[in-house]
Formats: sequence, C-alpha cells, structure tokens
Amino acid sequence: NITFLSIKVRVCLVTLKKKNHLCFDILLIFFSFKLTDILTAIALYLAVQDYNKVLFKKQKLLIELDKYAPDATELIQTPMEMYYIPLKVALFYLLNPYTVLSCVAKSTCAINNAIIAFFILATIKGSTFLSAIFLALATYQSLYPLTLFAPALLYLLQRQFISIKMKSKEFWLYTVQYAGLYLGSLIVIICLSFFLLNSWDFIPSVYGFILSVPDLTPNVGLFWYFFAEMFEHFSLFFVCVFQINVFFYTIPLALKLKEHPIFFMFVQLAIISIFKSYPTVGDIALYMAFLPLWSHLYQFLRNVFILSCVLIVCSLLFPVLWHLWIYAGSANSNFYYAITLTFNVGQIFLISDYFYAFLQREYYLTHGIHLIRKDRTDPVLVLK
Amino acid sequence: PPPRAGRPEGGREGRGPVLRWPFAAGQIYWAKDIIFLANEHDLIGMEAWLEAYHDVNVTGTQSSGTFGRAGAIQAALSLELSSDVITSFDVAVEGLNGQLPNLDLVNLFYSFCQKNGVLCTIQGKLQRSDWDSLPAYLHSLQTLLLMVLKQGSGHPQGDHGLFLRYHIEAITIRGINSFRQYKFDMGVMGVTLEGIFRKLNNLLERLHQSYFFYLLPSLSRFVSIGLYMPAFGFLILVLVLKALELWMKLSSFDREGSPLCDGDQVLNPATMEEPRPSLLTLVPPLLVCHATGLALYFVPVWGQRVATEHFPVSESEAVVLTSIAIYVAGLALPHNTHRALMGSGSDRGWRMLKLLALLYLAMQLSCVALINFSLGFLLTVTMVPVAAIVQPTGPRYLYAGLLLLVTPAVTLLFCIFLYQELMEYPISLLEGWQRFLQAIAEGLLDHYLYGSIVFPFVAIFVYPCWLLLWNVLFWK
Repeated sequence: NITFLSIKVRVCLVTLKKKNHLCFDILLIFFSFKLTDILTAIALYLAVQDYNKVLFKKQKLLIELDKYAPDATELIQTPMEMYYIPLKVALFYLLNPYTVLSCVAKSTCAINNAIIAFFILATIKGSTFLSAIFLALATYQSLYPLTLFAPALLYLLQRQFISIKMKSKEFWLYTVQYAGLYLGSLIVIICLSFFLLNSWDFIPSVYGFILSVPDLTPNVGLFWYFFAEMFEHFSLFFVCVFQINVFFYTIPLALKLKEHPIFFMFVQLAIISIFKSYPTVGDIALYMAFLPLWSHLYQFLRNVFILSCVLIVCSLLFPVLWHLWIYAGSANSNFYYAITLTFNVGQIFLISDYFYAFLQREYYLTHGIHLIRKDRTDPVLVLK
Repeated sequence: PPPRAGRPEGGREGRGPVLRWPFAAGQIYWAKDIIFLANEHDLIGMEAWLEAYHDVNVTGTQSSGTFGRAGAIQAALSLELSSDVITSFDVAVEGLNGQLPNLDLVNLFYSFCQKNGVLCTIQGKLQRSDWDSLPAYLHSLQTLLLMVLKQGSGHPQGDHGLFLRYHIEAITIRGINSFRQYKFDMGVMGVTLEGIFRKLNNLLERLHQSYFFYLLPSLSRFVSIGLYMPAFGFLILVLVLKALELWMKLSSFDREGSPLCDGDQVLNPATMEEPRPSLLTLVPPLLVCHATGLALYFVPVWGQRVATEHFPVSESEAVVLTSIAIYVAGLALPHNTHRALMGSGSDRGWRMLKLLALLYLAMQLSCVALINFSLGFLLTVTMVPVAAIVQPTGPRYLYAGLLLLVTPAVTLLFCIFLYQELMEYPISLLEGWQRFLQAIAEGLLDHYLYGSIVFPFVAIFVYPCWLLLWNVLFWK
C-alpha cells in the first residue's frame, strides 16, 4: 500500500498541477512530509521522556529493594545522563540522513513512522485504547507492525502491575481486552475502506502485495534479487520462508525480554525494517532514532566501530553501484545486491550486538561487575 | 604481424570515407540501420547530437533541427582520419569520467585488424612480439600507465567518450600516417571497418558478456577487475587498520578515564583533569574544511566577471588563477580555527580528527575507484601512505613537506610530467606549469560542458579531506 499511497500522492500532484498552483502545492506537499517527520520526532521525544521517568522510578525501587549487586552502582543510569536522551532521540530522528532522504523522496514511510511513533507514545503513556487504535492504524497501513502487539502488551501489563502468569485471571482479562480493542479497531478501519471502495479488492492489492512480493524493483531489502533469480514453482515456499523471519523472532524475544518491553519493541522494529518485503531507508531511520536511548550499553558493545563503518560505507556505495548498474551500464545487479546483503548483515550484527550488550548489562546489574571465578581467573560470559 | 608487402602506396580509389563506405549499402545482409555522422565543433557537436537524438538535456547544450532516428544505438565507431593513406590504426577507449566500452568491442577491432594485416596500436604504442622479456614488460607497463593517466583525467579521449553514458558501446579509431614505409589505402581500411560493422550487425543483443572494468597493457592482454581490485583493497586496508588502531587507543583512553577499570585507584591526574573533548570539537574543522572546498568549487566561476574587470586577465585565466589562489589560501586558513575555540589541542582531539579523516578518505577513495578506477588509484597511491603516518608529534616539517607533495594539485603536476615522460616527449618546468594551468582549465571546462565529475569530486571531497589531515598536523 506504500506504492498505492505514493501513486495517490502522484495523482494529487498531477491534479494540483492542473490547477496551476504548482509551486505552492509542491511546497505544501513537501511541508506536509516535513511536518510528519517533525510530529514523529515530537512523539518520540515525549515517549522517551516518559519512559525515562518510568525507568528512573523502577531503578530507584530496585535499589531500595536491594536487587542490584553492591558493586554495580556505576552501571546505574543517573538523571544527569538521562536528561538529554529525549532530545538526542528526536535529533537522531530528524537529522538522520536516512530521514532526510525519505523526506526528500516524499516516501509515505514518513506517515508510517509517524503512526508507529504515536503508537509508542500512547503505549508508554499507558493508554490502552489509543495504543490499540494506533497499532491498528499501523497494521492497516503496512501489516508488519502487528508484531509490535507483543511488546506493547507486555509494557502495558507491566505498567498496570499485572504479573505475567498463565494462571492469573487478570492477565488473561487484560490481554483479551487489548486484543479485542486492537482487532475491533482494525476491523472498523478495514470495513471503512470497504465502504469507501465498495469492493474487497484492496485486500489482495495491499496485503497480498506485501505478502506475496510480486514487485521485484530493486530496493535496500533482501527479497528482490532472490525472487528475481528463482524458478517460479519454488517461489511460494521461499516467500513463506522469507516472510516468517519477521514474525518468527517475536516469541523467543518476548520470552527473553519479558521484563524489558521497550527494548523488545526496538529490536522488533529493527527486525521489521530488515526483513520486510519492501524496506526503505525511512524504516531504518525509525529504529536508529532509539539508539541514544541505549547509550548506556555503549561500553558493552563489542564491534560497534566496524559495524558503523560497514553501514556507512554501504550507504555510500548504494548510489554509486546503482549509478554503475542503471545509468552507466557497466556494473550489474550482482554488485548492487552484494552491497544490499552486506548492509543487511551489518544491521543484523548491530542489533544482535545491542541485544547481547543489553543482556550482559542486566546480568552485571544483578550479579555484580567484579566476578571472580573460583580458580581466580577472569570470568567469561556465555550467552545461552 | 608484419604488414603485407606489395600494397599499392597511396591508393587513390577513395575520395573520402563517407563516399567510400556505402559501397555495401545495397547488400541484403544489413539487418540494422547504419548512421553516418560528420560532426562539427569536436566534442560539443557530438554531445549536442547525442542529446538531440535521445531527446534529453543533461548538460544544457541547445541543439536545433529535427532528423530521422534509427532506434536505440547499439555501438558506435568514431573515426578520425586526417589523410587517405595510413600506416596504422590507433584505438582510444577511455571515455567521459573514465568509463570504458565493453572489452568485446576492443577485441573485435583488434581481431579485424589482425585479419586484414593492418597495424594497430593503443596509446600510440605498438605491442612487442617478445612479450615475456623484461623490456617488453616495461613497455607494457608504460602503455598501462598511459591508460591509467588518461582514464584518471576523466576527459573523453575521443568522440566515442560521450556515447558511453547513453549505454552505447563506442571506441575511437584514429588513422595514423607516420614515416613508416608500408601504408594502407582506403580499400584496406574500408574492408576492416566493414568487417567490424558486419559483426555488430549480427549481434542479437547488447554487448554485455565481457568486461567493462579493465586496464589494457597491450591490445591482446588485459588486467581484469578481479586482479586489480584486491590490490586496491589492500591499499585501502592500510587506512582502515590505521583507523582501527586509533580507535583502540581512543577507547583505552576511555577506559582510563571511566571508573569501570578502577583496579588501581592511582590514576594519572593529568588524564583525569584534561577535559574530555566531545565530538562537537570536531565540527569547526570539518565545517571550515568543507566550506573551503565549496568555495573552491563555486567562487572561481562566480567571481569570473569581477576578476576580469579588475585584473588584466582573460576569463579562463581568471578562473584558473582564482582556483589556485583559493587552493593555496585553504592551507593557511583552517588549522587555526580550533585553537581560537578551545585553546591548545589535546591528544584525544587530534586522534579523533585523524580517525575521522582516515575513514572519510577511505570511503571517498573506494567510492571513486568504482566509478573511475584510475582516478581512485592515483589518489590512493599518493595519499594513503602519508595520510597513515601524519601526526602532530615527531618530525612535523617532514610530515608537512610530504603532505604538501601528495596534495591533489601536486599529484596533477606530477602526473603531467609523468605523462610527457611516457609519451617520450619530456618538457621543461615552465612548459609543465603551462600544461598544469591548461589541465585545470580543461578539468573545469569538462565539468561544465559534459558533466565530468573529476573537478567537483576533488574540490568538494578530496581537498577538504586533505585539509583535515593538514589540520591534524598543526593540531598543537
């Protein structure tokens, strides 16, 4: 539906051209995209500000309860460190070259990002109803955000102090309530679309288009090259294999990050932007905006230098190889795909690095930093 | 092979190529249209025709007149004949921005020359028959270096150079009439060219199976991208490893400063009290360097009129001299900026700046090597070793001298002398300077007329990056 929307925007442009208000209207459209980005940044700012307050309270509570190891005090975040984080998040989103690019390209990804940002804001503020509605809107637009249901539910449960137990009645009641709100609003929106168009054709042409990947125009994702090369009769199987990636990691992540739903949300956003069928750089910008929020993990990151170099080099090589392939005609699609592959592998390593760092920090917080083995050698953490 | 003996010298059958070649026009085997084009004004005329033919306007050239079209052009041969007898053919392959035609077209030309016994050369050099002796290797190296220099200039080495960006494979064939005894007449030339045309006529699809990235040490041998790119990669690796080392040093500074490794409480008080400069301290040098680069790109052309009004120079001289002035002024400007902002520079500061400059340089060079390998290679070979060793401590004046030697302008001057040496036509220093000015003017002209990227690339990216290294040198 991103293409659908962009066609719509183009049609708008054409009709506006006819009215001879060309200059003004192009500016108007440009500003509307800019405005969307600014709204996203504001939503992220407010969300992170609120999250920081919650985090601080939680930290204080855990210190009072003596849950942290005595020598782990230096790992605890101070309000001084946390003060500038919301601003950094907003600036990271607005000044990110990827955001600028998708804004200049007038990609509807900006709208999707704005809705997801509002969803995150509503979730962090603890509003079940708004959170469900924004999640439904995001799902309606690009389907993949439905995996964000799990982190949002976990966060809301945590906020309502409902413990996650299979036997607890409250837990099931709340889950059913949230799921009902979400599905209900999704059905309402879809039915509205039906009444607008008077046909169900939009379902296959929006969700079918996302799921079955018929459009193999090169992009920064993994799908196009693979399916362009494949024999037709294997394609269904591999579409399933590729699509399952987005949804597959949700359950193990939910089990591992049960206590940290916002980090879970960040990882899930990254997974969506890597494995979705038609990714754009705007998607990457959204999850990268959250990186300042995890700046306290910096000392545990192992190969952030190499990975950031890889990501930057790949981003620069994209246009160069695109030029060589499409305009100069001297390189071919393999060159471009090699860079796409490297870029995505780099992103995956970056996310797993953050994931590992997060778990490591949590471990140190509860067990203390200065661990000494029985045989007096330095300890080695093994991620299981 | 030696030219066939017994050819009539200076055959008079042909009045001119255009009159001579349609002798085959009546044949039924022509499956494709052949366009004969005689253009005026050299490259400008060619560009105007190409833009009109494809109905695009990329350079702002305006062309008039409508004419017939023959669909997508598959290949083009640009002929430069100055007499109706020749001793050999010389082929030019380097196009705009160093783009090369498909190697198959070059091979086609070479094999037809062989077949008809016509001598053919590349870069004006005849292949030696004893290819595995030392002098022959040196000969091939000369040819290769000439190709690298020509490709690196980004200047189209013939009319064919402008075809390449329209996906049309093209080479320029020059008829050379030297003092050699055996000459070929129009008949032989016609047979050779008709053969090439008939081969192209038989193509079902575009030439795409062969190489687009190659270097030619002779017409019968080539160096493929798979051979030269790893070597280039190793050169870039020097920068990356150096950057990695700096990163390690910087993070060990962090460790000392942070309380994470408080195993020994006796920390060096100097390192503790030294304010940790944030990334913001790198912004002024970055901005100043890039502003100088932008000035180098924009000011010469903007200030052209003002300069001609106030100084007794012509317009082209004004542009060239202004660019040189800005270039030299840039050396004096930026290395004072951070001092005004934060007093004396810290160790950490220059390390961060050097880290940034090295990575920036590595990225630029690897990007440009993909577009124009020779340009990337020339810049890499000169800049990388010095960029890796430069630092504000140690023999600073030696470093400054080395850094000045590898600045892109000096590289250009050096390349001009090397080129003349390889062409076996050495020039004096004064002539070299004249050529240098001319080369700058041509670089600017190429950019504004045909859209060559060499000048903007050097002005906006390489030069600021070099200035960053200059900043590193004068950090303290």
